[in-house]
Amino acid sequence: MMRWDPRIEEMPRDELRKMQYKLLKTLVYRLYSFSEFYHDRMKETGVHPDDIRSLDDVTKLPFMFKHDLRDNYPDKLFTASQDERVRYHVSSGTTGKPTVVGYTQKDLDGWTTSLARGLTSIGLGRGDIIQVSYGYGLFTGGLGLHYGAERIGATVLPTSVGNTERQIELMQDLHSTAIACTPSYLLHMGEVAEKMGISIAKDTDLRCSILGAEPWSERMRVRIEEWLGIKAYDIYGTSELSGPMFTECSEQDGVHIWSDLALVEIIDPKTGESLQPGEQGEVTVTMLQKEALPIIRYRIGDISSIDDDVCSCGRTHPRIRRIAGRVDDMLIIRGINVFPSQVEYTLMTIPEVGQHFQIVVDRKGALDDMLVRVELKQEYFSDKLSDLMHIRDRVEARLKNALNVNVNVDLLEPGTLPRFEGKSKKVVDKRSL
Amino acid sequence: MDADKYLMKQISVFSENRPGRLAAIAHALGEEKVNILAFTIAESEGFGVVRALVDQPEKAHKKLSACGFNVAFTDVIAVKMKDEPGGLYRIAKSLGEAGINIEYAYAYSGKQQAVLILRLDNANEAIGVIQKSGGELLESSHAI
Repeated sequence: MMRWDPRIEEMPRDELRKMQYKLLKTLVYRLYSFSEFYHDRMKETGVHPDDIRSLDDVTKLPFMFKHDLRDNYPDKLFTASQDERVRYHVSSGTTGKPTVVGYTQKDLDGWTTSLARGLTSIGLGRGDIIQVSYGYGLFTGGLGLHYGAERIGATVLPTSVGNTERQIELMQDLHSTAIACTPSYLLHMGEVAEKMGISIAKDTDLRCSILGAEPWSERMRVRIEEWLGIKAYDIYGTSELSGPMFTECSEQDGVHIWSDLALVEIIDPKTGESLQPGEQGEVTVTMLQKEALPIIRYRIGDISSIDDDVCSCGRTHPRIRRIAGRVDDMLIIRGINVFPSQVEYTLMTIPEVGQHFQIVVDRKGALDDMLVRVELKQEYFSDKLSDLMHIRDRVEARLKNALNVNVNVDLLEPGTLPRFEGKSKKVVDKRSL
Repeated sequence: MDADKYLMKQISVFSENRPGRLAAIAHALGEEKVNILAFTIAESEGFGVVRALVDQPEKAHKKLSACGFNVAFTDVIAVKMKDEPGGLYRIAKSLGEAGINIEYAYAYSGKQQAVLILRLDNANEAIGVIQKSGGELLESSHAI
């Protein structure tokens, strides 16, 4: 198996941690001295760089949030002067002001390195033709993949987003072997290709895809791999980390977070406490080598867990599991954290009900009341009420088991629940808190 | 005698328990000119099953399925009853004595006769029992 950077990728855990500690310590001293924002933040929290005596002491440091980036728009957080910055990216401000991230040359190198390692780990390299169908421009996706692909010696086809028919023609004519795009765009491409009479599986040289920038599921992976006849790999990143995007390796068993670049923690979004490997919580990242924009314990808002076992590919760097949802989606029912994705996952294992669901939360007296509305599939409809009640009881029992919360279930006629494109609004919270 | 000709195809429709659902079912059947001969609603918390004997069960099934309803056929039998005191007793007694369980039943009283529609755990046996005790069954090929 090829490694881009074997020394780092296979470095024993304790050495990795030592390296992370050194980088963290240096970073904190530097920020305390040169970042007014972070200096003040540390003072408020009552922590001094001297308090960081081990890697675990990272938990003493204050968090950063999206609003910190927004409040300091456009460039108040930068710790590299303008003449040291070589690029900006800007994330769209769907919920307010946009956020600006900046890069020194070293920052860009770290970003490119993370992708060079990732692309190599899924078997890409010299001789491959990588079609980059992420947007180029202020969005980080296109250029990130572009430089990573060039670094490993692959040929880049920078198609960006749109003009799908032309993308498919180029894919055929220039023999793309890999494509990087959002999973929904790839599905769209598959459909357009079929309309053109082209089978991606049979009529192209495509053999893998690098998919991210929006949430997707294992079910979608199976569908893409079977339908299009190509491997589908997850890639994870967010513009606020200014660069590094991380990918799965050929094992397809979680996204490797390169420890020399990023320190990842999973925290309880309510209490801010650190959680153990395997426990689900909010992804929180410290970028260990950033120069232009400090990112310390930045709370991304995505829900996942860390897999701390050494991957069967032999790389020692920890992996994070598929993103289960957003903290904003998290429901607290009688003090217990519930994610709509858990409900979806459980329902997928019950053949009698369809994939569509809706969660309705209300308050009965002093207690939270959670109702899950599901559709009964035609083939499981029985004239006997007792059969139907049995199905409902079984769905209730399975959900209770998965969520640790009592759930009521409503069986609905098929087609009753609203269908959503893209991000679904599957929760109705009627509680007035 | 072939018991099959007495097995009637009842249509059963899954329905949420909320206003307008029966109207939606009835509207769909009306559009197809399907006549409802008898029907009943069994309800549980939140949902129910609408059961109906209609003159054109296949057409009804097709239409309701196309409208997105969950539909199933269920075999029932229809017994003519004397529309007088004791009419129901005679039928129920003979089934009880034969150890045949009634899962559910509904009835209507028409101009010419009263009819009891029965869903049984053993319809074939019941057909014999009813006929032996002098009861008369409607044939599925006849419109009731």
